[in-house]
Amino acid sequence: MSSAVQTYSDTTSAVFGRLTWDSFPLHDPIILGTFVMVAVGGIALVVALTKYRVWGYLWKEWFTSIDHKRIGVMYMILGIIMLLRGFADAIMMRLHQAMAFGDATGYLPPHHYDQIFTAHGVIMIFFVAMPFVVGLMNYIVPLQIGARDVAFPFLNNFSFWMTASGAVLIMLSLFVGEFAKSGWLAYPPLTGILQSPGVGVDYYIWSLQIAGVGTLLSGVNFVVTIVKMRAPGMTLMKMPVFTWTALCTNILIVAAFPILTAVLALLSLDRYMDFNFFTNDLGGNAMMYVNLIWIWGHPEVYILILPIFGVFSEIVSTYSGKRLFGYSSMVYATVVITVLSYLVWLHHFFTMGSGATVNSFFGITTMIISIPTGAKIFNWLFTMYRGRIQFDVPMLWTIGFMVTFVIGGMTGVLLAVPPADFVLHNSLFLIAHFHNVIIGGVVFGVFAAITYWYPKVTGYKLDPFWGKCSFWFWLIGFYVAFMPLYALGLMGVTRRMSHFEDMSLQIWFQVAAFGAVLIGLGILSFLIQLYVSYKKRDSLRDETGDPWNGRTLEWSTSSPPPQYNFAFTPQVHENDAWWQMKQHGFKPPQEGFLPIHMPKNTAAGMVLAGLATVFGFAMIWYVWWLAAASFAGLILGAIIHTFNYKRDYYIPVEDVAAVENRRAEVLA
Amino acid sequence: MSTAVATPAADNGKLEFLVRGEHHPAQGTLLGFWIYLMSDCLIFAALFATYGVLSLNFAGGPSGADLFDLELVALNTAFLLVSSITYGFAVLKMQQNSLKGTIGWLAVTGVFGLSFLAVELYEFYHLLHIGAGPQRSGFLSAFFTLVGTHGLHVTFGCIWLVTLLLQLRKHGLIQENKRRVFCLSMFWHFLDVIWIGVFTYVYLMGSMV
Repeated sequence: MSSAVQTYSDTTSAVFGRLTWDSFPLHDPIILGTFVMVAVGGIALVVALTKYRVWGYLWKEWFTSIDHKRIGVMYMILGIIMLLRGFADAIMMRLHQAMAFGDATGYLPPHHYDQIFTAHGVIMIFFVAMPFVVGLMNYIVPLQIGARDVAFPFLNNFSFWMTASGAVLIMLSLFVGEFAKSGWLAYPPLTGILQSPGVGVDYYIWSLQIAGVGTLLSGVNFVVTIVKMRAPGMTLMKMPVFTWTALCTNILIVAAFPILTAVLALLSLDRYMDFNFFTNDLGGNAMMYVNLIWIWGHPEVYILILPIFGVFSEIVSTYSGKRLFGYSSMVYATVVITVLSYLVWLHHFFTMGSGATVNSFFGITTMIISIPTGAKIFNWLFTMYRGRIQFDVPMLWTIGFMVTFVIGGMTGVLLAVPPADFVLHNSLFLIAHFHNVIIGGVVFGVFAAITYWYPKVTGYKLDPFWGKCSFWFWLIGFYVAFMPLYALGLMGVTRRMSHFEDMSLQIWFQVAAFGAVLIGLGILSFLIQLYVSYKKRDSLRDETGDPWNGRTLEWSTSSPPPQYNFAFTPQVHENDAWWQMKQHGFKPPQEGFLPIHMPKNTAAGMVLAGLATVFGFAMIWYVWWLAAASFAGLILGAIIHTFNYKRDYYIPVEDVAAVENRRAEVLA
Repeated sequence: MSTAVATPAADNGKLEFLVRGEHHPAQGTLLGFWIYLMSDCLIFAALFATYGVLSLNFAGGPSGADLFDLELVALNTAFLLVSSITYGFAVLKMQQNSLKGTIGWLAVTGVFGLSFLAVELYEFYHLLHIGAGPQRSGFLSAFFTLVGTHGLHVTFGCIWLVTLLLQLRKHGLIQENKRRVFCLSMFWHFLDVIWIGVFTYVYLMGSMV
């Protein structure tokens, strides 16, 4: 994000493309300060890692790991880092809007402000919510279905690094060049080459294309994993609900992300080669872009929320000490939402002018989605009804979600009425609505999930005091930050404004900014919680592997689970397989172990994704020779990788026996 | 869910909760590749839809009726359809465990694939030469993108085919290689199906405009 308005010369150098010294925003104090902070922090981290000699460990045990559990954790860490970046953007916007009234212009020039709201949206959806959701599925799904890994472990590692590669590009845009000023979906003709000649939109395109490849491959991976690798006896209707929602989400990924790939490729052709897909002249049609991107974009919001519904289902039944109420209705509701999510995309642009008939169709399909969603809410309520509810932190998040999400759902139904949408379209009411469902749904769910499964991952629970602090700051902060936006939206205030004339509106924005500060305290409490829990890990330790009296198979393993997850594949007889095992007094066997067949670690995923990053960067800056070289390297690297036939090994039976016997001693 | 040792039954009333002995989950590569192909199919669906929207946006430029040389396209279609048959022969030979036959038919398939690409490149070159490039109109943008994306897939198919030939020569008809032959087979036939759509919807219907 550069400060001075950049001038773009038509000439590009053969060696550096359009990259010049002016591309580095050295003249902007805000960005320079950020850069210095990031640089100092980064150098400190590198020095610390080198001093404690952990590079080798990180490389061997994490970066090249194809263990789904390690990859899951890496996704979560990526999500947390990017959450901090996305939140920094949010608080900057809130402060700016609270200041920029009348004669005051705020502290951000418009072109900087525009980049911030674009980056905020892109980062929060693609590099916070997606890594969180994919990370949760990575860690939990194979454990819940009694598998030793995913179907394609190498691909899983590659997917992660492609996602990380997209994140690296978007972070680079902060310090080298600029980011898009177009809003998070980059509508043309604004994002065409005439209106946006800079590198911002190209950063947008390539970071999403590269991360999108990773997401698509991980979607394929998980569909096959869930379809093919369930433990014997686990029929589809005996799968844990989280796994069901993961299956539906991954089907949505496979069916939606190709559209994003296609539409971004078309936009690239317009920008790079003067094609006429979305141009104003020569037969282009900009509204086609809006249609295509929302055919991906609407399923995307269900990609995010469905696994979270699964999380809440697991939590509600565990902390109520009951099996989930209405398991099959929960499954059918999930499937119905999966299908319906493809029939509603046009509600994002009722104002396009498709006519009353088309708008009515999409308005009605949108409202119908609230029926299966409502069914889920009732299922959770009935699960709690007459249960022995334990108000641990995950349950607090769950109840906060149920209240908040229902409010967000109701404002969504309001927006689904086309005539109302003509008034509310592009207003702050819309902004309040989708933050209401994404924060109240996805974010609350992710924090609930982290708290719930943290002992599984680390072997110790999270400190409840700081967890409660985080919850209350987030909950109250959310209402204080976004309820004013509903009111402003009803008064007709539109989104993405960097300055206001009407002084009477200022107080609402000041309240909202205060809410954002509260949310910041919520994030801070979460980080403190991680630190404090690590410090107190001995008193918070869980040796059983089943700290909450859980119901599904992941709780049958040790915490953290051994690399191979299960020494013996579980045999499933009914829903809540682990619960049934406990009812029957199951004891893990001490003998009869066999060597376990496992895939080997590989650096190929990281190398290929690294080349993809270079390729993206070269394309953004028109460094054609580098783009050609890195693309050729990518193809060649992939081919070389296919010549490696020795990708697996056996964990010797002594090692398995040693691990299992150690666990038996702990349990005894 | 294939199990080497399936012991779901209860002995003396006690449920068995573990699979004693080896348990190998079913191999998922073919299913995974099939799902990938379906997602690829959606990319083509988006491109077909785009072509559908823009197919009459000539912007004063040439239409399909002005440009398409159906005889050339028919030749190209023949190349691709025949290549699918020859690929089928390669798979038959593979099932008879004839490495030589498999390699031979795959090579023939590759030759047809390259012939297809040569004709397509000639067609594109010709269109660019007469000023009917993709920049000329929305229609031509959509045409070049749809047909070109298919062509790029065929190009990658050819690269893959050469790679596979090397791997077959090196390791023979081992399980992994058989799986790869099947995957490329699906990919190759899939491109054929897409081409039938392109041929019908773009070339035949486009010539009638």
